[in-house]
Amino acid sequence: MTPLAGYLLIAALIFSIGLAGALTRRNAILVLIGIELMLNAANLNLIAFWRYGPHPELLTGMIFAIFSIAVAAAEAAVGLGLVIHIHRHAHTTDLDQMNRMKG
Amino acid sequence: MLDPEEITGSFTHCGPSCDYLLLITAVPMIAAGVIALLKQPYRKTASTLAIGALSFSLLLSIIAFTGVVLDWTHGIVTRIVFNFTWFRIGASNVDLGWVLDPLSAVMLVMVCFVGLLIFVYSTGYMKEDENYTRFFCFMSLFAGAMLGVVIANSTLLLFMCWELVGLTSYLLIGFWYQKPEAAAAAKKAFLTTRIGDVLFLLGIVWLFAQTGTLLFYNNGAGSIEAVALAGLLNQHAAWGLTAAGAIGLLIFAGAAGKSGQFPLHVWLPDAMEGPTPVSALIHAATMVAAGVYLIARVYPLMQAGATQGGTTAALTVVTWVGAFTAVFAALIAVAQNDIKRTLAYSTVSQLGYMMAGLGMGGVAVGMFHLITHAFFKALLFLGAGSVIHGCHGEQDVRRMGGLKSDMPLTFLTYGIGMLALCGFPIIFSGFWSKDGIMEAAEHWSVTKAPFYMLIIGALLTAFYMTRQLAYIYYGHWRGGKPAHESPAVMTVPLVILAFFTMALGLIGTPAWPWFRAFLDGRSTNFELHRVIEPGLFVLMIVSTSVVVAGLILGWRIYGDRSPKATEPDALEKTMPRAWSWLRDRLYVDELYGKTVIAFYQWWARVADWLDRRVFGGAVTGVARSFGLWARLNRFLDANVVDGSFDKGCDELAVGGGLLARVQTGRVQTYLRILALAVLALAAILIWSSRA
Repeated sequence: MTPLAGYLLIAALIFSIGLAGALTRRNAILVLIGIELMLNAANLNLIAFWRYGPHPELLTGMIFAIFSIAVAAAEAAVGLGLVIHIHRHAHTTDLDQMNRMKG
Repeated sequence: MLDPEEITGSFTHCGPSCDYLLLITAVPMIAAGVIALLKQPYRKTASTLAIGALSFSLLLSIIAFTGVVLDWTHGIVTRIVFNFTWFRIGASNVDLGWVLDPLSAVMLVMVCFVGLLIFVYSTGYMKEDENYTRFFCFMSLFAGAMLGVVIANSTLLLFMCWELVGLTSYLLIGFWYQKPEAAAAAKKAFLTTRIGDVLFLLGIVWLFAQTGTLLFYNNGAGSIEAVALAGLLNQHAAWGLTAAGAIGLLIFAGAAGKSGQFPLHVWLPDAMEGPTPVSALIHAATMVAAGVYLIARVYPLMQAGATQGGTTAALTVVTWVGAFTAVFAALIAVAQNDIKRTLAYSTVSQLGYMMAGLGMGGVAVGMFHLITHAFFKALLFLGAGSVIHGCHGEQDVRRMGGLKSDMPLTFLTYGIGMLALCGFPIIFSGFWSKDGIMEAAEHWSVTKAPFYMLIIGALLTAFYMTRQLAYIYYGHWRGGKPAHESPAVMTVPLVILAFFTMALGLIGTPAWPWFRAFLDGRSTNFELHRVIEPGLFVLMIVSTSVVVAGLILGWRIYGDRSPKATEPDALEKTMPRAWSWLRDRLYVDELYGKTVIAFYQWWARVADWLDRRVFGGAVTGVARSFGLWARLNRFLDANVVDGSFDKGCDELAVGGGLLARVQTGRVQTYLRILALAVLALAAILIWSSRA
């Protein structure tokens, strides 16, 4: 087994854990955590493909990952902000009850 | 528009400029514009403006005239032109311009002076009329337009002013448009002169096409100067006429319409429906003379290519039409009972004399009669107005009589005008001007027939004027309310005109033919013996005896009789047949009614039928077919288009309902679908890459 395959396997594992968490948990904060896990699995993939790819000297994968992390941080901030606000408003973080914007 | 370079480049010769001439015509027109804006009660302002504007024009005219006379005494024949290009169409210039020469200078002074007197007179005559301001607006516009005709050096400017004059004539004849006769007379005048004007316009366009310029005089490049005329003489039109002759005849048609020459004279007697000052100014003194003036203005064209005897086809036609009109109208005038109608036919007759004078004797002969006639005919018309005013609107001479003592001043001046019109010898201007025409007629190279016609005309003139005078002023009063003398504002112009009627004779006697020499650009001096040269002296004896014969004949038949209105006329008793012919104006109107107007009515009926049946039918057919088409469309719309559209809408609503169920509002459901979709996508990718 090459090192790349190992990294990819770990990343797939983390992604699956994150997806399972996001799909099953009712607490909005836990869903957010699941999403973060999936993002980081993707980041791991980016780094692994860069490191073991044809041009590791170009730093492309690293820059890509840093951008992704920055975006994820911003997304987490917005998501948490929304959750806190909804909590203040409705005194709950249960996703099943947040259905007021149903079409 | 006024390019200064072009203006300065086109003076004919360097002398005093004549650009101020435009003011002569512009100021009365501006006054008319201002008066048009005034309300009805501003009567005084209106008449003051009109009179003031015309006085200003008179002043400028006198200045211009004096300049021309001074030049002439120094042996210079003045012809100053002021030309400019109005605009360009393609390669040809549309030029306007005005000219100052002896002809226009004389005419300017005459029009302004007579016009001014008539304006003053009108303030008295129209005093009671509620549309006083409108009257002065039209009169002022007329004066401006007429002066424009006089100064015009461009056929286009002349034609524009010519038509403006026609328009104001129409407006003023129909001034009392509430009267159906006045409205009809206005329409008749407008339509009749239009016939002449269309031919006139054709002549102008032809002249422009041949010579390429609209200007009469332009440093040798004008349309009636030698170069252009030589070109015109080489062109041959139909019937052996040169282009010059044909254009001359077309222009003469316009002049005949305006100047009431047979067969276009029918409008002028009817035009007497207008207020009397209008009849005096427009239909006696100035506008009707515009036709004569026009011929004088284009005289080089009329005379171009003159044969040995000095005459051309165009001038021959002018002569014959003039001579015939002179006799014809004089005959009708004998049997008219309306004071103004007699004078109107007399005007037609005298215009015939002028035309004949132009045709046989040249510009100066015709123009001298024009000027003297303007004064004495204005005098007669204003006198007639004074009589009508004094008789409370009565116009039938049979209901007057004995006014000699009631209206002494009017009688005196009327008598002077009447004697001048008849051509009574020595002290009346009409004698000298008419004698000039007679002399020319006697020496005409073609035939002496016009001479005899004019002699008969003179006899008739003396006769009908005596008849009228006897009816109005002698005998005893046969009307209702007693007559009274008119106010000073009306009689003073009469006296002034009477003075000039006599004084003007001085400048045209054979002993000192100042006027003629002035217009012809020759010098002259006082030589009494020319009067008693045998040929001329005999002629004077003949014409005097003719006039005296007419006067005596008239007096023997009509003098002091005071016949009643119901009684048949003295002449009617002896020759009833001829009398009724003359009274009914020789049936020219009836002839036109039977031919031209009947044809026109028939044609109108045909056009009406065509309109209703053919074009109307076509339009209705198209409308119907559109109606059918619309109905079909409505059916299709209701059943086919609407049906399918409604069906489609229903389907969309059902589909929307189904899809709305997917939107549960649960975030995790969405997420699950997303995850499944990603899995499906991955499966497709893997499967497809493997294949």
